Amino acid sequence: MKTTIPVGPYHPLIEEPELFRVVVEGERVVDIDWRTSYMHRGIEKIAESKTYDQIVFLVERICGICSTSHPIAFCNAVEDLTGTRIPERAKYIRSVVAELERIHSHLLWFGLAGHYIGYHTVWMWSWKYRELVCDLFERISGNRQSYAMLKPGGVRQDIKPSEYKGIMAAMDELEPKMNMFIGAVLDDPVILARLKGVGNLSREDAIKRCTVGPVARSAGVDIDVRRDYPYAAYDQVSWDVITQTGGDVLAMAVVRLLEILESIKIIRQCIDQMPEGPLTEEILEVLPGEGIGIEEAPRGECFHYVRSNGTKVPDRVKVRAPTYSNLPSFRSRFIGERVADIMIILASIDPCYCCTNRIVRIENGTSVQTFDEKALLEMSWERTKALEKGLSHTAGRLLKL
Amino acid sequence: MKIVDPVKTLQAKFADGLIDVDERSSARVYVSIDPARVTDIVRFLFEDLGARFIIATCLETRAGMEILYHFSFDSLGVLVSLRAVVPMPEPRIDSVSPIVDGAEYIEREIADLFGVEFVGHPNPVRFLLADDWPEGVYPYRKEYKGQYPYRTEEELEEVREQIRQRGTK
Repeated sequence: MKTTIPVGPYHPLIEEPELFRVVVEGERVVDIDWRTSYMHRGIEKIAESKTYDQIVFLVERICGICSTSHPIAFCNAVEDLTGTRIPERAKYIRSVVAELERIHSHLLWFGLAGHYIGYHTVWMWSWKYRELVCDLFERISGNRQSYAMLKPGGVRQDIKPSEYKGIMAAMDELEPKMNMFIGAVLDDPVILARLKGVGNLSREDAIKRCTVGPVARSAGVDIDVRRDYPYAAYDQVSWDVITQTGGDVLAMAVVRLLEILESIKIIRQCIDQMPEGPLTEEILEVLPGEGIGIEEAPRGECFHYVRSNGTKVPDRVKVRAPTYSNLPSFRSRFIGERVADIMIILASIDPCYCCTNRIVRIENGTSVQTFDEKALLEMSWERTKALEKGLSHTAGRLLKL
Repeated sequence: MKIVDPVKTLQAKFADGLIDVDERSSARVYVSIDPARVTDIVRFLFEDLGARFIIATCLETRAGMEILYHFSFDSLGVLVSLRAVVPMPEPRIDSVSPIVDGAEYIEREIADLFGVEFVGHPNPVRFLLADDWPEGVYPYRKEYKGQYPYRTEEELEEVREQIRQRGTK
């Protein structure tokens, strides 16, 4: 018998409340449908009444986690529109900020993933190391989130030479811990059993459904905006694009964890090579025209389109966040999976976290049972516990480390 | 298919479908196309040349609704934007969703916010607007000044009753 489980509209995992209608037969998912925009803020429309400098602050508030990705994409678009070449030092500062953000965003995701599968040690560890990065941000910009570092034509704030030592020290502290963390996580048989082969996405599907970022890379699609459309200082430092095959939750976790190491590499090189010079290039006027800015956010490609009519406010700003492109991949990934795996698959594309949630089980059109986040999490945790029992000889290895 | 210059390939294949090609820089190309040929051109870009569909953008201009389809050739680092202008007051264009899976949501979004009709869309239902949003009010058009249609308490009750009867699927 088919049963429909609405997940949402107040949703456990996605930053904007949205509704997933998951159709299940017994334990297995057979179909999924999606409805969104319960919290549409009309940012694109608001942007039509703000000046270019103000919009940077506005788009910074699109997402609290990747709060520097949207400003970079928007500034790229304005610079593309006006033909501005930003100073070298600004490029390096942008790269440092964007990579620090990638580290903290990936660690945040990994902590949440650990929480969803009932591995609270992973959660606590991951968030403990994330604090290092948040503290760095506080020293550099004055804020742990929403750093306000960007402006069209350059950066708003400098990273002072006196800060270099602290950044390098934090990277030195983070790298061995990340290596240990990655080893511990990828060695754990229960985590492997929970993540491996769950929510598979084939390379063909990843391309067909236009996925971006870590989701595409985990399925073997070799794309990365930082390499393909170089912006900031990414073409002046050496680093690798991480790809995996299979596109399951494990592959996504591996891509993100290894990207943290690449980010550390980029930050070190940027600090080493940081050139002297001015921070901004003045943009005197914006002529009628259009510009496209793309940026590799932690979750994937972030796209901004700006059309100017020659006045001080734009005619149109279009924003496409990476999750928008990654959501269609759910259709390929859910079918045939267990209900207990819904949480981790929904989480795997790294949508941002939102406040409250409820899940109602409906049979024959009437609500018979209401699941809240706790109930769904418990289902997920139970499955981990059951796996642990089956693997009792190796279980708990992570805790002993 | 190994592509070296997607724009030249496109020009050779669709001599009649392209109105104007503007190579703004080495990484940005804007191609104005005949709206009637949109599905052919998108199919060629997406299926034959292997371009990645990024997103579509709609904006209102004096000439009509301007829809841009942004495609990326990641291996070449070239962003190709197809520009199709559809005339007002009844903007209408063929849907590309049957070809590009990732275009389904954005076409529904544009239909909601700008009132563009996508002919042949597989699932042409509301995407962003609320269930009780009135027909024919398009919030991202220039004429819309942010007014939410005001309702009296009786009218609200009527809407609630409609939603109750419709039920949740």
